Order: sequence, then structure tokens, then C-alpha cells
Amino acid sequence: MEFGLSEEQTLLQDSVNRFLDAQVPLDRVRAFSEQPDDQDIWQGLTELGIPGLLIPESAGGVGMGCLDAALVAEALGHHVTPSTFLGTVVMAPLALAYAGADQDELLARIASGQTRVGVAVGDAVAARQDAGITSAGSRLTGKAIFAMDCPADYYLVADSRQRLFLVAADAAGLTCQGLPTIDRTRRTAELTFDATPAQLLSDDPEVFARTVDAGRVMLAADTLGAAQNMLDQAVEYAKQREQFNRPIASFQAVKHMCAEMAAELEPCRAMIWYAGHALDELPEEARLTACHAKAHLAEVGKLVAKTATEVHGGMGFTDLVGLHYWFKRIGFNRQMLGAPELVREEAARLQGLVA
Amino acid sequence: MDLSYGPEYETFRDEVRAFIETHRDQAPSSESLRSEKALAWQRLLIEHGYTARTIPEAYGGHGAQPDILKSRIIAEEFASARVNAGLGGQGISMLVPTLLEMGTEEQKQQFIPATLRGEMVWCQGYSEPGAGSDLASLRTSAVLDGDEWVINGQKIWTSTAHLADWIFCLVRTEPEAPKHKGISFLLFRMDTPGIEVRPLVDMTGIANFNEVFFTDVRVPKHQIVGQRGDGWLVANAILGHERDSLGDPNATLTRLNALTEMMKTEHVGGERLIDNPAYRDRLMKLQGRVMAMRFNDLRILSAKINNSDAHLARMIVKLQGTELRHELEGLGVDVLGELGLAYGKSPYLRDGGSWQRHYMFFLGLIIGGGTSQIQKNIISERGLGMPKEPKFEKAI
Ligand SMILES: Cc1cc2nc3c(=O)[nH]c(=O)nc-3n(C[C@H](O)[C@H](O)[C@H](O)COP(=O)(O)OP(=O)(O)OC[C@H]3O[C@@H](n4cnc5c(N)ncnc54)[C@H](O)[C@@H]3O)c2cc1C
Repeated sequence: MEFGLSEEQTLLQDSVNRFLDAQVPLDRVRAFSEQPDDQDIWQGLTELGIPGLLIPESAGGVGMGCLDAALVAEALGHHVTPSTFLGTVVMAPLALAYAGADQDELLARIASGQTRVGVAVGDAVAARQDAGITSAGSRLTGKAIFAMDCPADYYLVADSRQRLFLVAADAAGLTCQGLPTIDRTRRTAELTFDATPAQLLSDDPEVFARTVDAGRVMLAADTLGAAQNMLDQAVEYAKQREQFNRPIASFQAVKHMCAEMAAELEPCRAMIWYAGHALDELPEEARLTACHAKAHLAEVGKLVAKTATEVHGGMGFTDLVGLHYWFKRIGFNRQMLGAPELVREEAARLQGLVA
Repeated sequence: MDLSYGPEYETFRDEVRAFIETHRDQAPSSESLRSEKALAWQRLLIEHGYTARTIPEAYGGHGAQPDILKSRIIAEEFASARVNAGLGGQGISMLVPTLLEMGTEEQKQQFIPATLRGEMVWCQGYSEPGAGSDLASLRTSAVLDGDEWVINGQKIWTSTAHLADWIFCLVRTEPEAPKHKGISFLLFRMDTPGIEVRPLVDMTGIANFNEVFFTDVRVPKHQIVGQRGDGWLVANAILGHERDSLGDPNATLTRLNALTEMMKTEHVGGERLIDNPAYRDRLMKLQGRVMAMRFNDLRILSAKINNSDAHLARMIVKLQGTELRHELEGLGVDVLGELGLAYGKSPYLRDGGSWQRHYMFFLGLIIGGGTSQIQKNIISERGLGMPKEPKFEKAI
């Protein structure tokens, strides 16, 4: 029995954190929010082997597991890293693997950092407005909104029946239009399809669902990292900032805000470890754990985002300290791939609690 | 990450299961302190090593090598079989570990075996009317007179004092010393002349705690644990043991499952409670929180096995665990609506009235053993390194 990270896992996370500490300071994040180009960051992550994290060694990857990916997601969230990850590194390779698709060439290109994959499955989780994709044979028509990791070389797309397709960016009838959200560290887009040729990966809803499970755990892990950073910043700030001739960290109201954040956040770490582990090793628990990790981290993230901002006073509300990048990233993670109420309802359904 | 206990442990688990299966009809239904059935069951459990497992045989325990996983398996199996896992109480859970660490050989011999067998029942005399959260300001005094301490003062909130044979008690022996350094830890019989116990009824309607008054109570000098003035250190060793046992997520899980069952069978307006989306969402929210605390518990367990300190993960358990349990019991009350009010001998009780009773009882545990606010002070100061509040010295 060993519930914790292996030495290898700790090293992996440390190396990503070290790189991000050095190369992705807040100024770099700001620059991205003005001019969304992440090539240098992606280059650095590629040197660390991140694109091939979940790709088998036989296809040029490093063949690690979902817990490892969650640790990387946590590090990325900690640094509000503006980089492709969810689609290219996690959901696309997993969908290909779960579908049993023979795609070694594509996987090798992903692993080498040359090819990126965006992901447009959100409308099949929760359709909003007039979005949704229908398929006729292997042609897709319709609109996907809030596609992530865009623009990209390929897109992983789900139709309204939760069938998964792979679409090349230059496929006929496909357009990709950037879509601004509060989170300017992520690139989101609207994809429209007009009888666009696509490659069917799987018509098994289970493949779709497993891919979404993994995506949810990664978003939750990203929130864990982002919220931990906000808490750390709040504690640091409180120790330095003086009012009434003493550090505000000595006011009990401030201490209790920080203690509440820590008390909520600390168990989330174990939850992410377990949920990441379950994706690979505990198939019968994986979906329920993924739902709860997604929903619970959304709630705790929201509390921390608000409270840490308050600890900073007016400074927290300004653009100056940039705390809002974390606030918004946590907000993004909360809404995508199923907001908490929807995911909890799914958890209830999984347990036969919905008539 | 390796969540399996391994084959050796699964064999052990089978043994525990087999024991429970064969002997379960000998187990007392609820913890009926001192009934012959409870005492016999306790002896049987010690003999098989299912309670007092790692306490040396010389002190009446089973004498097994410490093995955290085996202890965990025993707890899991008795809990899931809903069979009494042996006597608890402050003597067994708090005093025995402290004596093992700090007691003299003579004290260990005198107190541990009888306590483990359930023949010697204890109460904890710490809190006073003027000393709750600020326990170190306690004023009950003990003055040495020849070979005896003479004790005067008052304790309050003393659980089970009306049933106890003995008390472990914090008293001020060095009035001139700084407040943390003037306290001693004494043990004495509850039938010593000069002790008066007055029951206090709590909000659940039960009189389980008491006021205890001491008037010239004379106690032999050697009935002290640790040195004179070291009582604060001795007490803190115990408080650690106490907090570890409050807010256990596995007990909370058992209640979550019971709540889910009730919501599937109980109806309102012809509809199952679980079919109400608002109730269902609240249940799922709690399930997520219980899950997080259970995984946190695995992390602590793993740290213990590796002899390392889980630090914040452990520090937050009393706060989060008791608040979560209180909220869960409260959901049981809420979904029952008017039926949630049924109490005492009402014919409309559900689950024996346990939702309402536990809802109140766990508010007591949020307050007892260091309130939630005190926990937050500890988390922010020791966990996050934030400064203490400036102290106000009392004007003289
Ligand atoms: C069910 C139950 C069983 C108990 N059993 C025993 C027992 O067997 N033996 C025993 O000795 N005691 C026992 N106690 C007493 C318990 O330890 C005290 O009630 C507890 O420590 C709080 O002390 P108090 O009641 O004096 O509250 P107070 O200390 O007066 O607290 C009142 C309020 O002020 C807040 N407060 C106090 N100090 C601070 C601070 N520094 N910062 C922020 N907020 C603060 C508290 O959080 C609380 O909200 C029991 C209590 C309960 C509820």
C-alpha cells in the first residue's frame, strides 16, 4: 500500500514546474493574452517530453499514465500556462487509444510536438444555443462552440450522438473562428462544419465517455494547481502587507480566510491523485471519481479564487498583480466539459439514483 | 501508487471476517458500558488482537507488533459488519496511550490492564468555566500537604464523570510559574471525599457531561503523570490522540450510505426523496466531499506507514471532518421535512431519530476537542506560517 507519488512522478512535476518558473512568469502570460502565440512554451514542453506523455513508446511517446498527466496539468494550472495541453496531450491520444485506432503516424507527430489537436466535444456533453454536430456517413455538419486548444492541425470532434471523429484543419467546409472567453490563457474557438469530411474514430459512447472523464480530471487538476498558487500568493501577500501597524496576516479574519482555503484545498490533492490513478487502473471507479473530482474542484476552486482575491484587497481586483488570470482560469475549468451541477447529476445517474 | 494491501493482508482480512461471522452474536448491540456481555466481548477481542492490539501483554494488551494496515483492516471489517469493535471512551483512547508514553512502570501496571478490560472507567477533567479554548488558564489548584495533593476548584463539560471510577485531571500546582508551566497532570478516584458531580443536560436531551466540584480533595502525591509543572506537555500528547479520532471519514461514509438508502425508500408527496433534484444535488455534493476526505485519509495512512508526517493533510481533519459530518446529518433532517423533527418516542421516527440526534451531537464535536475557530488558528499558524495575534496582557 502506497498512496502517494513515486519518485519519478515527483521528478516529472518538478521538472515541469522548474521550466515554467523560469520561462512562464506573469509577464509571459500577459504577453500571450495580447498576442496569443505559445510556440516558445510549447517548444520547452516538447523538450521535456510532454506532448508524448500518454503516447506509447512504440509510437514515439513516453508511455506514461493519466496520473502523470494530471500532475503536469496541475503544474500548468499553477503557472496559468498559456499552452495547448488538454486536446493535444490528453484527450486526442487517449481517444485514439480507447478507439483502438491505428494511428501511429499521427501519434508520432503529436509526440514530437509538430502536430496539435484541438477538441470540440463540449456540445455533446451539454449542448447550448444552436450548437451541435450531425454526421452523415463520414461528413460533419453543424457548429461546435467553445472548442479548446484552437487553432490546431486536427480536431477531435463529437457529434450529437457522441461518436468521435478526427478532422483535419484544412478539410473542406471547416472554419475555425477564435472565440474570446474570460480566460485569456486558453485559446477557444467556434468550429463550423459544412459536409466536412471526417474520419470516424469510434461510434462507441463508452470511448467518448472515457475521453471526457480524462478531460474532466485534467481540468480539475489544473484548478488544483491554480488554486494552490492563489492561496500561496494570498498568504505571502498577507505577511507583507501592513495595516493598523501590523501585518494583515496577524488579523484573525485574514488568517481564517486562509485556513479555510487550505482546509478545503488540501484534500483535493489526494482526490486528484486518486482520480488520475483510477482512469488507468480502476475502471469500475473511474467515471464516478472523475465526475466528483471535476465538480468538487470546481466548488473549492471558486471559493479559493474569491477568497484569495479578497485577501489582496483592492490590489486583488486590479490588473496589476495579475491575480485575475488565476481567477479566470479556475472559472474556465469550472464551466467546461460539464459545470458542477450537471456533472453531479451524471454522478447520480451512474449510481442509479435518477429515475 | 499502489492501493492493494497485498496477499498477506487479504489473508488477514479473511481471518477477521471469519471471526466476526462466528462470534457476532456474542457482541453487545450498543456500547453498554460495564454490562457483563460488553466486558466479555472486550476480553475476547483483546485475546484475538482485535482491540488493544499493539499494547504489550504485560499491560493487558494483545502484544502484537504495530502494523498500521492490520489495524486498518480490523477497523474496516468491524465497521462494515456493524459489529461492536470493543470499548472506547477517554480512558482507553486517551489515557492509555499517554501512560504508555509518559507513565511510570508502576502506573502502567496499575492502570492500563484494568482500563483495557473495561473495569476502570475514566473521565477527562480539563475544561473549566473560565478555561475552555484557553485551557492553559485553568485555575483548579492542587497544593502539596505532606504526602498528598489538596485539590480545590471546578471542572465543567466533563463527559461521563457520573459513570467514571477515575479522573485524569489538569490542576495548577505552580501558581507563580508562567501559565503553561504551572500545570500538573493528576490521576485520582472519583469517589474521593470532596468531589461532587452535577450532571448537565446537553441539547440532545441526554446528561452525558457534568460539572465536577472539588473541595479539599486529598490525593496521594505519587498519582501524578510526568513531573510537577509538566502537565501541559502530558495533556498535549493526549490531545493529539483525541483529534485523530474526531471526524473519521469512514464513519461518515457509512452514514452517507444510510442517507442514500433512506432517500431511496422515503417519499414526499408520492415521490421518492432521491427524485427531488435539489435533494439529490445536495447528496451528490456531500458524496464528493466525503470522497475527498477518504482519499485524504489514505494519504495520511500512507504517510504513517512511511513514518512521515502528512502535515496539512492531517491538520485539517478535525475541522473538515466534524463540519462535514454535521452537514451530512443535517441533510438527513432536511430531506425528511416535518418527519425530521420527530424525536424521543415519536411514532414518526426514521432511523431511530438518528438524523436529528447526530445533527446536534456533531455540533458538540465541532465545539469539543478544540473548536473550529481554534482549528483555523492552528492551521493558519502552524500550517501556513502566519503570525500569532498580538497578545493583550491583562491589566493588573
Ligand atoms: C460534547 C462535548 C464534550 C466535551 N467533553 C469534555 C470532557 O470530557 N472534558 C473536558 O475537559 N472538556 C470537555 N468538553 C469541553 C470542550 O473542550 C470545550 O467546550 C472547548 O474547548 C471550548 O471551550 P468553551 O466551551 O469554554 O468555549 P470558549 O472557549 O468560550 O469559546 C466560545 C467561542 O469563542 C471562540 N474562541 C475562543 N477562543 C478563540 C480564539 N483564540 N480565536 C477564535 N475564536 C475563539 C470559540 O471558537 C467559540 O466559538 C466537551 C465539550 C463538548 C461540546
